[in-house]
Amino acid sequence: MSSVREEGKDRIIFVTKEDHASPSSAELVEEDPNDPYEERGLILPSGEINWNCPCLGGMASGPCGTEFKDAFSCFHYSKEEVKGSDCLENFRAMQECMQRYPELYPQEDEKEQQQQQSSETKPTSQDSAETSENGWWRWLLSFYKTPASLWPTAP
Amino acid sequence: MLKCRTVWRTLAPLARTSSTVCRQNARRAGLNNGRLPACVPAAHMSTAPAGGGRENQLYVLLVGATCVGGAIYAYRTVKGDSQRYQDRIDEISSRPLKTFTEEPATPTQSEPPAAPSPAEPSPPAPDAEILAPIETADLPSGHIQGYLVTLVTTILPEPSPPSEPTPAELTEPVADSESPAAESAAAAKPAEPQLEAVTESGDASPASHKVSSHTPYLLIGGGTASFAAARSIRARDPGARVLIVTDELVPPYMRPPLSKELWFSDDPSVTETLRFKQWNGKERSIYFQPPSFYINAEELGSAENGGVAVLTGKKVVHMDVRGNKIKLDDDTEISYDKCLIATGGVPRNLQVIERAGEEVMKRTTLFRKVEDFKSLDKVSRNVKSITIIGGGFLGSELACALGRRSTESDLEVIQMYPEKGNMGKVLPEYLSNWTTEKVKKEGVKIISEALVKSVVSKDDKLEIQLKDGRLVKTDHIVAAVGLEPNVDLAKSAGLEVDSDFGGFRVNAELQARSNIWVAGDAACFYDIRLGRRRVEHHDHAVVSGRLAGENMTGANKPYWHQSMFWSDLGPDVGYEAIGIVDSSLPTVGVFAKATAKDTPKAATEESGTGIRSESETEHTASSPVASSAPSPTGVQHKDEYGKGVIFYLRDKVVVGIILWNVFNRMPIARKIIKDGEEHADLNEVAKLFNIHDD
Repeated sequence: MSSVREEGKDRIIFVTKEDHASPSSAELVEEDPNDPYEERGLILPSGEINWNCPCLGGMASGPCGTEFKDAFSCFHYSKEEVKGSDCLENFRAMQECMQRYPELYPQEDEKEQQQQQSSETKPTSQDSAETSENGWWRWLLSFYKTPASLWPTAP
Repeated sequence: MLKCRTVWRTLAPLARTSSTVCRQNARRAGLNNGRLPACVPAAHMSTAPAGGGRENQLYVLLVGATCVGGAIYAYRTVKGDSQRYQDRIDEISSRPLKTFTEEPATPTQSEPPAAPSPAEPSPPAPDAEILAPIETADLPSGHIQGYLVTLVTTILPEPSPPSEPTPAELTEPVADSESPAAESAAAAKPAEPQLEAVTESGDASPASHKVSSHTPYLLIGGGTASFAAARSIRARDPGARVLIVTDELVPPYMRPPLSKELWFSDDPSVTETLRFKQWNGKERSIYFQPPSFYINAEELGSAENGGVAVLTGKKVVHMDVRGNKIKLDDDTEISYDKCLIATGGVPRNLQVIERAGEEVMKRTTLFRKVEDFKSLDKVSRNVKSITIIGGGFLGSELACALGRRSTESDLEVIQMYPEKGNMGKVLPEYLSNWTTEKVKKEGVKIISEALVKSVVSKDDKLEIQLKDGRLVKTDHIVAAVGLEPNVDLAKSAGLEVDSDFGGFRVNAELQARSNIWVAGDAACFYDIRLGRRRVEHHDHAVVSGRLAGENMTGANKPYWHQSMFWSDLGPDVGYEAIGIVDSSLPTVGVFAKATAKDTPKAATEESGTGIRSESETEHTASSPVASSAPSPTGVQHKDEYGKGVIFYLRDKVVVGIILWNVFNRMPIARKIIKDGEEHADLNEVAKLFNIHDD
């Protein structure tokens, strides 16, 4: 049983696991999906990309920000069978740009590969330059798998 | 003017007397019937031009003299004004224009002769030199402004040598800015404000580097809020050019590790690398981005896709809001379109220490910046005893960090503060006491309810005398007694400073005045939910910086996403908090027993980041992390307050929540505060947190 103690203006309640087993009766206000003030995830309700999403880290704002935005936008709006297959040029440009700033966009080695890809916001789980495009695809797709995504045709 | 009045006054009685004399004469004449017939009708008028004898003549003379005198005065005034104007123009034109003298006149000559306006005919036009005087309010009349506009347009085709530097100036900033076609005279008006900036900055920048004299986005201050704003601006405005001006010598970095992780690093060169290893082994630097992220300030104007430039070691000393420009301590002027003030603050010091003299000041650290970390690290290896004055976040964190170190060396760590327990102003008393015990276990000697009376330096040691008589001898003092927000620019910029909380007063959209926003520690803003406040936490700097950046690019969003903060006091005590967390408010705490899994260490291992505010955003970006934490070995804490949730209430509404050793539940806490509802039973609300899980 929960025990309650008062120390002046402060109230202290101790609860056991059983005490909290029953569902809460506290009522929360319903969320408005179109609330303009709310911080958004990666995809805005309008379907556009939220470039300011903290989840992107510095990708959209760094020196290769423009290339990244072009590539990702192309990918996002791509209606091809293999999503983004019409965006190779954009990705190549982005790749080239990123290779000029190895400090910012590290091409990590084998050891880091084993690390959970989801623990990084940067797509550093790439192996070599050849298959790095596949890695980009995987990283981009990971955004679409999140429950917060509103993209209807997520692969 | 005064002359006129005095003249009139002297004349008036004379006029009156002469008129009465005149009338008297007329009456006498009237009686005399025929002697001065012409005078009779004239007698009714106060001025009698004809007849009346000597008085009349005198009168006429006086009036005539007055008229002549007035005419002379008017002529002199007008002449003087135009002379003064002439002088001013000459003075402006004679101001040295060092930097731009190299520019050849040929680009201007080859300009399209699109300045068809005739050469200035009228006299006030000075010799082709400048453009608008800086304060157009100075101008005597509006039509002279018109003269000046035409002046500017006539500058371009004029081949005379003195005008060469000027059209060169015209082309320079114009070339720098985005519009390439602004060479034509028609663009004279919009070019004027840029030119103003250029003439002023012509005095200033040394020949070695020419910093762009105009930047669309200017961020004053190079801390967390500034960097978050820069990132936000770049994300929303493609190709944006952002200039950060900071008086620190390093690019933007994050502050929390300076009092936490950096102290726990095993790397002996940590003071150089400033890299910290997070609990899960992942290393990162305190700098938000490596230097290659930023572009040079000189290249900002010409960078194709824009970028973020950082101007280090420069202090903004003056802000001209009307002219949209700032002045640095080396007299460089930079004009802007939109400006963010993120100047943060300066650590407060105790008056007793300030008055105690240089010997004491030499042995006192006010902890805030990277240099302070470096020097305190060095000091902690070389002295026998350090005393931390202050029992808040910074003081307690440093005490724990140094306390840890004291186990390896024979360093004595003392912490003293006026409250009864650590975090006395934040945690309810029972929890503050519990925390104090934990801090003591980290090897810190606590002196609570201590008010410092005086500090003296004696025999190479410091003696701290407390008001209750206790004496503490130590080698070095760290003062962690609060932050004074930096509002130096308020005076010159004409910005309001809040008297209750300090800092610049801004609205809910973080705007102080048109085109000026304030974010971070220095912003006293209106929180729609919780009222006006000023927050000094890392996540607030990020959230407010990001919001200011959004609003600078046209978003017009109010402060809505509530920022959080966290603190770790050693590996066993850690909490996350949100909203107003003030120990003077009534609280309701719901606790369970803690297991080995409920420690800050486990929390960071799971999310893979040391900065706990980031653990939330990490979650939204990626699929849920497979549990990587090892199963608990069944170690139970015997303490009562192992883990739980504490609600802070104001008028029965929850305005603040602390998650005590309960992690990754911040979104729920945020929602509860956002709702702002009155909940009858907070135990039910506590159920939402599932504190027994994990």
